[in-house]
Amino acid sequence: MNEKAKAPAAEPKSRANQKKELPEHLKSYKHVWVMLELERGVVHPVSWELLGEGRKLADQLKVDLGAVVLGPPGGTDASVADAFAYGADVCYVVENPALVDYRNEPYTAVMTELVHKYQPEILLLGATNLGRDLAGSVATTLLTGLTADCTELAVDADGSLAATRPTFGGSLLCTIYTLNYRPQMATMRPRVAPMPLYQAGRTGRIVRHDVSLPEDDIITKILAFLPDGSTDKANLPYADIVVAGGLGMQNADNYLLVRQLADVLGGEWGGSRPLVQKGWISSDRQIGQTGKTIRPRLYIAAGISGAIQHRVGVEGADLIVAINTDKNAPIFDFAHVGIVADAALALPALTEAFRKRLSAAATRPAAE
Amino acid sequence: MHIVVCVKQVPDSAQIRVHPVTNTIMRQGVPTIINPYDLFSLEEALRLRDRHGGEVTVVTMGPPMADTALRKCLTFGADRAVLLTDRFFAGSDTLATSYALSFLIKKVSENWGAPDLIFCGKQTIDGDTAQVGPGVAKRLNLLQLTYVSKIESFDMEAREITVDRRAEGGIQVLKTKLPCLITMLEGTNDIRRGSIEDALRGARTEIITWNAAQAGITDLTLCGLRGSPTIVKKVFAPKPRDEKAFQIEVEGKSMSDISDALIAEIGKRQPVLERDMLKGAMSY
Repeated sequence: MNEKAKAPAAEPKSRANQKKELPEHLKSYKHVWVMLELERGVVHPVSWELLGEGRKLADQLKVDLGAVVLGPPGGTDASVADAFAYGADVCYVVENPALVDYRNEPYTAVMTELVHKYQPEILLLGATNLGRDLAGSVATTLLTGLTADCTELAVDADGSLAATRPTFGGSLLCTIYTLNYRPQMATMRPRVAPMPLYQAGRTGRIVRHDVSLPEDDIITKILAFLPDGSTDKANLPYADIVVAGGLGMQNADNYLLVRQLADVLGGEWGGSRPLVQKGWISSDRQIGQTGKTIRPRLYIAAGISGAIQHRVGVEGADLIVAINTDKNAPIFDFAHVGIVADAALALPALTEAFRKRLSAAATRPAAE
Repeated sequence: MHIVVCVKQVPDSAQIRVHPVTNTIMRQGVPTIINPYDLFSLEEALRLRDRHGGEVTVVTMGPPMADTALRKCLTFGADRAVLLTDRFFAGSDTLATSYALSFLIKKVSENWGAPDLIFCGKQTIDGDTAQVGPGVAKRLNLLQLTYVSKIESFDMEAREITVDRRAEGGIQVLKTKLPCLITMLEGTNDIRRGSIEDALRGARTEIITWNAAQAGITDLTLCGLRGSPTIVKKVFAPKPRDEKAFQIEVEGKSMSDISDALIAEIGKRQPVLERDMLKGAMSY
């Protein structure tokens, strides 16, 4: 290794907290964008959640909130109307036959072109398979910073995006900046942010952008789409009631008590990470930083100690009820209501009490 | 056929502890493992090699001690392992990492032939970004197939591959041309045990080690902390909530009384929940 190569190593640390002035060609980057995930005519709700968060950022920065809507010819109108109702000021609309379903090549090409032409300062995507696949390609093409899986987005005093995410397996949080590059990109998982208000009749400006995407130039072809069967497919992120178990359930048989309560409540069931490792539940029912983020109206955690990795996945719940034998368990630090008891004994009693109450109420003449 | 598999050595996250006072990660004594997501990609690569012939080269960027992860890959049956290590890489974010890895893979191509396939893990358990695979693909101008649950067909003659890709609400069946970069979904296979021969070979084989210059990297300003557009400004523990959970009285109470008290408390805090539940729970 020569001397010249060694020289730069002395200063790397000093760069970390510095904000250089933005390079001239990046100063014109303005406005906050959300990429709408439109697939087979349906927008993933995470896009609306991001519009809600984007709205707050745009208001603080006093700029417009833009929604990027990509789809087949004639296939974006309903989504554009919804985007305005959820808070967008501008919709950047690209319709092309090649955009009928998500593919990395054409989507990356179009997103990159839009960013170069209309120059947003912030670009937000869902941390879904689509959003992560696309965000990584777009950020690398643009050579800008991308922060994955944010749990909080804010604008700091000098207008920079402060993107907070869990780190080290969810044991700590960190706030990440992209100070000297644009756009500042981030992804956020479904259900981390609440759904914004739907303001029917709200409208905005539409910018149509034409692209040339000859199918012959796109190498990857979609041969088929095989929809999931609807049975037994966990939909934890969007469930109103979730009951989950942890290692405190002690064994797989006791874990069934969690399912029984969920069934009586008409809710979904899940568990903490160790239960997946033990094989008591499948990975699509894992709740927490490395599993699903939930936002139910009622969350009952049975025999879960409440490590931060779990906490970041459930904090958005309206009401958290915790049952744990250890009165010092961290879950009681963020649950709203607690019961210090053995969940294996408490759950059957609770299930029975709910069953009685609900069936009694159901047989009463409709009181509404 | 030549397949390159990118792996990362990561701390076993189940054993990470945070110092209660200083809020720093206590790394001492935390064992390292191969990022578990990488093993699904490694196994898929080994299966393709076993079926179609050729070689699997495993590569990583990391500190010198990352050679233990590579050696483990050799014991699973990888043919060759290359470690890219240099202090200039310290503090790399995903963009700087994909920059360094793209040079590493180019150098591997020069030495042992251009890869037909490159595999990466879906994401790592320490960074959890899922960005490095797409980043490497873009840097090398390769097509990418992420979240692959199954390789449906592989045709070396026609240089085509067809895969099942996990998408929202279903599976996309995608066909593309080689070379391309693939990230495998978890749970799609089980890493093999590795034969005795591979174990012996793994112990004997030299881990090829390159620094930045040897990998052909000339612009060090694009490496490590300096080459990383993202900046970690603050690391902190989540704030505790102001008040602890309201505790339902349990002393001397029967489980049935406790249950009734809890249901009353839930009703107080979520007054319309029961009515809404009944709309969906009329069958009880």
